[in-house]
Amino acid sequence: MVPLSWYLILAAALFSVGLFGALVRRNAVAILLGVELMLNAVNINLVAFWRYGDVTTMTGQVFAIIVFAVAAAEVAVGLALVISVYRRRNTVVADELDMMKW
Amino acid sequence: MTGEQIIFLITAGFTLGSGFMVVTTRNLVHAALWLVSTLFGVAVLYALMNANFIAVVQVVVYIGAIAILFIFAVMLTRKDLRENTPQINKNWWAGALLAALVFAGLVFLLQGWSGFSKTGSALPSDFDAVGMLGEALVSPNAYVLPFEVASVLLLAALVGAVYVAFNKK
Repeated sequence: MVPLSWYLILAAALFSVGLFGALVRRNAVAILLGVELMLNAVNINLVAFWRYGDVTTMTGQVFAIIVFAVAAAEVAVGLALVISVYRRRNTVVADELDMMKW
Repeated sequence: MTGEQIIFLITAGFTLGSGFMVVTTRNLVHAALWLVSTLFGVAVLYALMNANFIAVVQVVVYIGAIAILFIFAVMLTRKDLRENTPQINKNWWAGALLAALVFAGLVFLLQGWSGFSKTGSALPSDFDAVGMLGEALVSPNAYVLPFEVASVLLLAALVGAVYVAFNKK
């Protein structure tokens, strides 16, 4: 049986990779890709804590299902915003979207 | 080293490598396809943890819907994918430093926790995880309220996405 620590370290590494992508990418769609990686790392942790805790309590899996639903909603609204911005400003580069800055 | 640990290590390397390609590839279509392979690796990890329903939902919802939505979005904004412009911003080293610090901090915090190296016991052979999950989601004593709130959230996101992306011309 794999120890719990392996899953936790893998999830931490995947979260950091996603954080890096969300911070440094210029394209707004690529930023959302990084956010997806972070959400998946969180889900690995939730399911691992269910498996290595009391398996008759389903809290971890229920939380993972709720995270799925929230991720789907986030991607739908986020990509709709990106497409709407692209129509109006003809760009998806995050640095160029600064009309709310001043 | 048992077979399960070897499968875990192969899957973890595959998942992390694909995740790294997602954030570094120049071509966004390729990044979305690398995201699909990362999500597949995570689904294998769920199956390894005996969370069968979550593994299936990962393939159906994440790969079948979210990744395809990403590919659609990349194609609808394709003109902006000039190959000769930089895909990462000037302060990328600060982002890399922050990500490395977050990873080190998480590992440091986890190492001080007493349950860190816990090993699980095998599930009983007649354990019905899917049935228990279904009952937990609709039982008034458990999680029926978050379940219903999630459905309202999905409806709101559906209406909001259609409204925001609708072409008024």
